[in-house]
Amino acid sequence: MNRVAIVGVGCSRLGSTSRDVSYREMIFEAAVKCYEDAGGIHPQDIDAFVASSEDFMEGISIADEYVPDQLGAVLKPVQSITGDSLQGLASAMMHIQTGQMDLVVASSFSKASNVQHYENVVSYACDPVTVRPLGENPYFIAGLEMQRYLYETGTSEAHCAQVVAENKYNALFNPLAVYGAKTDIEQVLASPQLFSPLKYQDIAHHADGAVVVLLASERKARELAKKPVWIKGIGWATDTPNLDSRQDGWGDAVYARLAARQAYKMAGITSPRHEICFAEIDDTFSYKQLQHLEALNICARGEAGKLLCQGEFSRQGGFPVNMSGGSLGVGYLHEANGLYKLAEVVWQLRGEAGRRQLDGVKTGLAFAWRGIPTATGVAVILSNLE
Amino acid sequence: MRKVAVIGAGMTKFVRRALETPKELSFEATKAALDSCGLRLEDIECVAHGSAPDAFDGVHQKGEYLADGCGGWNKPTMRVFVGGATGVHAIIHGWYHVASGMFDTCLVVCEEKMSNAMPHAQGFFLTIFDHTTERALQPNLLWIFALEKNRYMQRYGYTKEDMALVAVKNKNQGLKHPASQFKDPVTLEDILNSEVMAYPVNRLDVSPVSDGAAAVVLASEKVAKRLTDKPVWVEGVGWSLDTAYWGTRDLYYPRYTEHAARMAYKMAGIREPHKQINIAEPYDPFGYKALHHMEGLLLSPRGKTVQLLRDGYFDMDGNLPMCPSGGLLGVGNPIAAAGMMKICELFWQLRGEAGERQVPGNPKLGVAQAWGDLMQVSSVVVMGS
Amino acid sequence: MSNRQYIQGGIGLSEDDIQQGKVFFAEDSLNCRYAWDMGVAIERYLRELKNGRIIAKSCNECRRIMVPPRMFCELCFRPSDDWVFVQDTGVVNTFSICYVNWDASRIKPGETPHLPAVIEIDGASKGMGIMHRLGEVDPKDIKIGMRVKAVWKPAEERTGAITDIKYFKPYQEV
Repeated sequence: MNRVAIVGVGCSRLGSTSRDVSYREMIFEAAVKCYEDAGGIHPQDIDAFVASSEDFMEGISIADEYVPDQLGAVLKPVQSITGDSLQGLASAMMHIQTGQMDLVVASSFSKASNVQHYENVVSYACDPVTVRPLGENPYFIAGLEMQRYLYETGTSEAHCAQVVAENKYNALFNPLAVYGAKTDIEQVLASPQLFSPLKYQDIAHHADGAVVVLLASERKARELAKKPVWIKGIGWATDTPNLDSRQDGWGDAVYARLAARQAYKMAGITSPRHEICFAEIDDTFSYKQLQHLEALNICARGEAGKLLCQGEFSRQGGFPVNMSGGSLGVGYLHEANGLYKLAEVVWQLRGEAGRRQLDGVKTGLAFAWRGIPTATGVAVILSNLE
Repeated sequence: MRKVAVIGAGMTKFVRRALETPKELSFEATKAALDSCGLRLEDIECVAHGSAPDAFDGVHQKGEYLADGCGGWNKPTMRVFVGGATGVHAIIHGWYHVASGMFDTCLVVCEEKMSNAMPHAQGFFLTIFDHTTERALQPNLLWIFALEKNRYMQRYGYTKEDMALVAVKNKNQGLKHPASQFKDPVTLEDILNSEVMAYPVNRLDVSPVSDGAAAVVLASEKVAKRLTDKPVWVEGVGWSLDTAYWGTRDLYYPRYTEHAARMAYKMAGIREPHKQINIAEPYDPFGYKALHHMEGLLLSPRGKTVQLLRDGYFDMDGNLPMCPSGGLLGVGNPIAAAGMMKICELFWQLRGEAGERQVPGNPKLGVAQAWGDLMQVSSVVVMGS
Repeated sequence: MSNRQYIQGGIGLSEDDIQQGKVFFAEDSLNCRYAWDMGVAIERYLRELKNGRIIAKSCNECRRIMVPPRMFCELCFRPSDDWVFVQDTGVVNTFSICYVNWDASRIKPGETPHLPAVIEIDGASKGMGIMHRLGEVDPKDIKIGMRVKAVWKPAEERTGAITDIKYFKPYQEV
């Protein structure tokens, strides 16, 4: 299979709001940064563009219409994936692997602050006949999942609270992060119960921002990039969308298991905990980070909370996780979540992660989940090694 | 580069209002496509699906909602979206899944249930317009197509009657398609006397809203040759998206279609498309669009297309049969599924299995195209036997 | 062999089946509200519309004067340059006479049809058109290439919206 590298990354300013710019202007900023990062390439020289978006988050039907201009992609092959931006990345990667293209952009953004009734939007993702008429706030699904996960694994609410404390602390060292804070288990546990056992502080808050990434074929990567970061493996999978058929999916992240299996197979990884140096992993809800670590085979089921509290996933630990601050610390970027996590991994692998830089890292993992009520996840393995 | 074949195809009937849910429609088409090549779901490695605006169903993240209906449960599943062009684009989406070397088999499924939108799917198109500079004018989708059609007619001196010929041809041809939602033949007078909706567009110049689904199975060369004697190859793919500032483009010519077509022809090694291609399935949600697109596809000289149409050049026994399926005007227009229906048609035509619609002379090479967003994107696929 | 056997499903319902409750259905009315950030370029565009003027932005590389204004030139892919006021007159590039409202309902008998048009704005680059409505004109008299001028709402009624221009009407230069 043809090899593909990341040769450019651009991220706009992130914020809880972004009143001063339109989505077009925000994406333009990220695109310019990305093309500069790739050595000052002009978008005319790029072969194709893949955006990731969901219409209801933008308040636009067929959001694909508004993709080309701000990326410099007028009259170019452009398409949209309604998925996490790492699915968009997979699509862009496959474009190159066909041998038909050398340079492809993946882009995504969040203007979540513009959505006035976010809970309604999420409820519209639930089955219109069997779930929506119940009239519940859709976050109840996360409460159900968390309850089942804690029950099956013996993980405690305090373990989950520790995820929040660590990620928000890590975010203090990330100048892009919106929700960095010094907090502790007690404060998290004392935050209001919303969908018990899920508490206010267990939930990542929305942020606005855009991320644009440039992918290249091996030939083009060697020409353009001083420090190409290679995509060693990628996998994505969808468990059932029906809540009533989810079986193992309530307590375990089945989609993450399947996605990781595909990605590890492609990357030739058999022992992820030892062959991968660090990870940026979905933490839309605190328990998700632990559940995902287990499903990604970084540790055994029921182990993640304990390892976390022993410091295994901290900066000094054996397997640092979410040095960026994760979604809890950086902010929840919706469809752009995955690409932001990927950008963090790329910066670490290039040694450009500033005060959060890890020493000597060679291989990293980014994992994104599409949020409730979905059961879709994407795993990407990146490496700076040839 | 890895070759990719279509090895199976299936679809539902297109109907104004289906009993089935979107998931069930997807299932029916998927099952039919699998049955057509004797495969089972466990033989499929990934799913590439497509559907147009979520607003029709009032379902956010509709790709996730549809996943199990498309056979995507516990598989890599990804939905692509380029507005109205999604139906033809979905096979491109499937093509790179296989051509990349990532997968050997891929299900490509498109579904649309427009009747879920009440009182009428048209109303939901208000939200495709720019939220600040256009939506406040309360436009209807018909408006902008009428603007484009008027410009196209004015540029070449075409008449409303010229444009109506396409609907007559396609609607009557569609009666031969077993999935068509129509039963009655129409005449030129029927089209011209139908309600004027938005001058120069009459009601029968427009394809109907429909519910339906269509699917194909893709396989790598190795797998395809094992499973079938008659693979139909994806020879070329191309797509292009023009600026969202649609008012700044001269609407008389779809330059994005030309860009997409050139990309597909180059990949397919086609130098003289009008001579080499045997069947064309241009996107025809409105009569004029089929002609507009034939020009963009470089299959007809600009401004001469009506003459060729009148001369029978695009008839079933003409030099270049156009829309042997009956197209969206003749079969129905469940948006993404309608584009995929065109792919199914090429598959059946190139295998000689199109029954009473079969294009004579053993056609070898066909092109399908779809169009969407704000009159700004084309996806083009060349298929060969 | 024919494809007929691979067409299955698609069971048609009639309007009556629903009206008479022969099939079950679930109803929901979507409640989605958005407050879109206008950004720099469109914010200024709207502010000038409120002032009764149309503003554009130039790109000094491709020499285009672009309306609606934008902070970057999408073709040259660089920041745009100067703010430029353009005229509130222009030329009809194309038009339609529409009897259908946005929600597909029909206009009432006797009501004037909607008259959308693409209008190339004077002072902007050739071909720079915006969608708007025509008014004070018999639909029969509308021609492609016709010159038109904006009819503004009274200043006190303008809100900073594209609808601050009521419509464009035919206009003869003196």
